[in-house]
Amino acid sequence: MKVLTLNFLTCAVKSCKSSSDSFPLHPKDAELASDDVEVNPQLLINLLPRLDWKALKTTSTELGFPQLPDSPPTIEDLQSDEKLLKDLHSLLMETNLMEGKLVCGVCGHEYAVREGIPNFLLPSHLV
Amino acid sequence: MMTSTHTPSALPSSSATDDVAKLAAAAAAVHAAESAEAEAYERTHVHGVYEAIAPHFSATRYKPWPAVASFLQSRPPGAVGLDVGCGNGKYLGLNPSVYMVGSDRSASLVALANSRGRQLQEQHAQEAKKRIAQGELDATGGTGGESSGAAVATEVVVADGLSLPFRERAADFVICIAVIHHMSTRTRRQEAIRHLLRCVRTGEAGHPGGQILVYVWALEQGNSRRGWDEGGEQDLLVPWVLKSQQKQPKQPKQRKGQKGTQDQDTSGVAASNTSGEAPPPPAETTAGPTAATTADGDQGHTDPVFKRYYHLYRKGELEEDVLAAGGAVITSGYERDNWWVVAANEPLSSQSS
Repeated sequence: MKVLTLNFLTCAVKSCKSSSDSFPLHPKDAELASDDVEVNPQLLINLLPRLDWKALKTTSTELGFPQLPDSPPTIEDLQSDEKLLKDLHSLLMETNLMEGKLVCGVCGHEYAVREGIPNFLLPSHLV
Repeated sequence: MMTSTHTPSALPSSSATDDVAKLAAAAAAVHAAESAEAEAYERTHVHGVYEAIAPHFSATRYKPWPAVASFLQSRPPGAVGLDVGCGNGKYLGLNPSVYMVGSDRSASLVALANSRGRQLQEQHAQEAKKRIAQGELDATGGTGGESSGAAVATEVVVADGLSLPFRERAADFVICIAVIHHMSTRTRRQEAIRHLLRCVRTGEAGHPGGQILVYVWALEQGNSRRGWDEGGEQDLLVPWVLKSQQKQPKQPKQRKGQKGTQDQDTSGVAASNTSGEAPPPPAETTAGPTAATTADGDQGHTDPVFKRYYHLYRKGELEEDVLAAGGAVITSGYERDNWWVVAANEPLSSQSS
């Protein structure tokens, strides 16, 4: 699962959704792997406004990457700064969470990630 | 084993009419019981079946529905989409300029979707390398063509359609193809649509909201060999014969009210119109951890038969369910034995969730 995807995932428990602490989920015991993915500048530029940057910053820090700036780059930044584009591409599209857990900041439930696939099926008491 | 015993839900038939609160409590209990019953039922007649037939099912699912393909192709580049009930992920890489995440209740199908996506991604990466290598020789190699998509088809999660893990109001679109007809009560089907609507962005001034595309099996299948049509039973168990030898078997072999089409006797299973008339789900208790496995015949080589629950939608019903879920229908139609609808959140009532 790409870091990008983490930016769109939250706790599956209904009562957690209203709390902002349920997003993003927090990686735990994370094993990462890097993929070779072709850079697609247009895709990144178009995705930019759809990202929750604050959450991405949190995720990035929690995975041990250098801290991201507080505010997202502008489209012009991405178009003019190739290194910035490459770095963002590498973080969002090439970095994969392969094993570990995703933990909800509200209920504390841990979702297992195996072979890059998180499992959000809930035990019956949480449904 | 293959008898469909209908266990009626414990309705407070004698209506203990003492006080309203009691009634409400009873109703709530009944509702909870019914919902638990429906869940258990789907576990046996949907989830268990897909787990068991996953590879075989996947091998028969490679052609995209035209209406789905054109919906996906018309999404703008960089759009974020979800495929709820993605199965083997055949739609995830269809438009490489959008980013999609798939979810499915079946871990086996999700694993298949994931490896399929990885293959796609590797292919693209290799092709890209080749292109770059060649491009250095002749600079006219043309960059950024449509084919240079990132092939983001790898992103899949295991999740239940009624407990989705997606950040709300974040997606530009959601597709949900051949999924909702597996929910065994109308309440759950509408709830499922409500969950889809919650995933997509609401419209603002100048920005149209996100759209959902829902696709379900139709009751009106006059042109198909299955023989279902208007006025027929809508809640059915449809057998899936797990052919052990063939690689690419056909659709579930079944004809209403006819003998099994194979040497093995599927007629007992076929078209088991579970409940008598219209109402709730056929509450069947075939149970057992092995789900609906009914290997019939006596001995020797037999193909196991799995029965999947379907609610066949009648004309107009899908639109009704979208409205009940708080959505607004944008377009809808019929395509080869299926009803489909494109819908969005109702602009005004969008705040509540």
